[in-house]
Amino acid sequence: MYFLELLVSGIAVGSLYALIAMGFVLIYKGTGVINFAQGEVIMVAAFIAYYLVRFGVPFWLAVPLTLVASALLGGLTERLVIRPLLGEPVFSVVMITIGLSIFLRSMAGIIFGHHNYVFPSPFPVEPLHVGGIVLSHNHLWSMIISFSLMLLFFFFFKFSRLGLGMRATANDQDTATLMGINIKRVYALTWGISFVVAGLAGVGLANVMVLNVGLAFVAISAFPAVILGGLESIPGAIIGGLTIGILENMAGGYLDQLVGGGIKDVTPFAVLFLVLMIKPYGLFGTKEVERV
Amino acid sequence: MAIRSKTFCESYHEDIKLLDTIWSKCWMGLFVVGLLFLPYISDSYIVYMVNLSCIAVVASVGLNILTGLTGQISLGHAAFLAIGAYTAAILGEGLGMPFWITLPAGGLVSAAAGILVGIPCLRLKGLYLAMATMSFGVMVEYVLITWGSLTGGERGMYMPEVTVLGHTLDTDESMYYFLLCIATLMIIAAKNIVRTRVGRAFIAVRDRDIAAEVMGVNLTGYKVMAFALSSFYAGVAGGMYAYVMGHIHPEHFTLMSSVEYMAMIVIGGLGSILGSIFGAIFIVVVPEGIKLLAQGIESVIPAMQGRYDEEWNIAVFGLLIMLFLIFEPGGLNAIWQRIKTGFKNWPFTY
Repeated sequence: MYFLELLVSGIAVGSLYALIAMGFVLIYKGTGVINFAQGEVIMVAAFIAYYLVRFGVPFWLAVPLTLVASALLGGLTERLVIRPLLGEPVFSVVMITIGLSIFLRSMAGIIFGHHNYVFPSPFPVEPLHVGGIVLSHNHLWSMIISFSLMLLFFFFFKFSRLGLGMRATANDQDTATLMGINIKRVYALTWGISFVVAGLAGVGLANVMVLNVGLAFVAISAFPAVILGGLESIPGAIIGGLTIGILENMAGGYLDQLVGGGIKDVTPFAVLFLVLMIKPYGLFGTKEVERV
Repeated sequence: MAIRSKTFCESYHEDIKLLDTIWSKCWMGLFVVGLLFLPYISDSYIVYMVNLSCIAVVASVGLNILTGLTGQISLGHAAFLAIGAYTAAILGEGLGMPFWITLPAGGLVSAAAGILVGIPCLRLKGLYLAMATMSFGVMVEYVLITWGSLTGGERGMYMPEVTVLGHTLDTDESMYYFLLCIATLMIIAAKNIVRTRVGRAFIAVRDRDIAAEVMGVNLTGYKVMAFALSSFYAGVAGGMYAYVMGHIHPEHFTLMSSVEYMAMIVIGGLGSILGSIFGAIFIVVVPEGIKLLAQGIESVIPAMQGRYDEEWNIAVFGLLIMLFLIFEPGGLNAIWQRIKTGFKNWPFTY
């Protein structure tokens, strides 16, 4: 029973990781970089939602508004920070997202301060009891959202013209341009969409965790999920997220007494390290074929 | 006699000389003399800043060998500093060993760790490698906190003062010469690595690893060597850090400090030793500059009083990384080279 409980709460945490991981994967799929500022976007979106709700906007309206704001932030980021580096090596783009993350986090620290906020959750506090297992409404919703988004993006990248264009851009910028793909538009849209997903994750996380500037660090814990699934696989993000969530909870439940605390936070990274040793491109990532 | 408008090299040996012209020798000599007399002409605050810069310079030169020259992105550099610092502290405080054992030992243990990380990371490239090194950093931090019997856990570790030939270096000024010597040695060593076969092989691996392998560069060997060298530098820097601070704590070696070292080489200039020196000094000095600026503003506009906190430093730090990448991807080194060429070719602008 203890095992089952750990499993379910692991899945619950994992589905949030999956949602975060999907944001990373979208940007990687569209532009071939990892956005290290994803966590900060999540945090900012959570704060936007918090202030909207506090100023009297009903929750069902606050969420779409937050998503619109996230999309705008995504477009702005792309225009101001990413577009100037179009065609530069990946390393520079990654570094600039690290710079952006530091900047956003400290600005958020200046504006919102470092104390904890309590997000007014719209869901009933009383958790669901399914066959003796406790599951909160919030976790249930994040699971539903993760899985429906996964299906949506799966079809988007497989069949829609824009989705194909995004994949082409990630694969080879120059060739994509030659093929008549407007890569500037692709970039803007990719960042916009990814930030919307981050916004959703932000609203979800603010409900289960305390809302403060440190919320941004959740994204770092989601890195292992992204890598485990492979950087460019949407189903991989879901599976990676769930696996990491479950492993983390199991390690916390069984190993913590043995080593004396904190193993929960480090397990995902140990798993990540081991997975990379065995499968350098994650479980579902495509192996890069190199030519000289 | 023909007037030579530029410096021409007639042999390869001349091309790779460290100090090519008589003028660069003169300037270098002046610079060294200036450094030697610095403690006499400036206050101890500046000396302390230079001390911190020396540590940062050694660490960032190490990272530049791995990331700038060999092209292996590492987000776990602080972990190697931590290994060096803790090794030095365990040997120095626990066993009472002198600095000429603890510092190299810190470097060597760190280099061993670098090889251990480097070998499994050989198959990884680019972002995946960044992730792997980052998770190594997180794991090291965890071990430092958890393995209390060896590392002191949350309490951290203390470090004795340096003793050179019976003299205890207990002031910033005496530490200054000590650190300056080590930093100079490490920089000259790095310069020599860069201009010999090893350095050229590193650059070949960075630019096109497969082509490099075809041309006879032992890819495995050189990648592992880059990891070892870089972490050796980090380890020595960690030991220096422990000596200067007198107390080390896992919190000094987080992911954020790894990012800071990364920022040093990006702002300074990737793949250039001079660039890493510039970058390191820049990152050490800028927060202090902002603090002074904030104090200045506070004294002029009373309404701004008490508004400053450390957070502004970090914000500016993030902003600087972005601005440099957008407007000056070559970093401070590129600016320096432009100025230098401008003077060299004056009055001709080409």
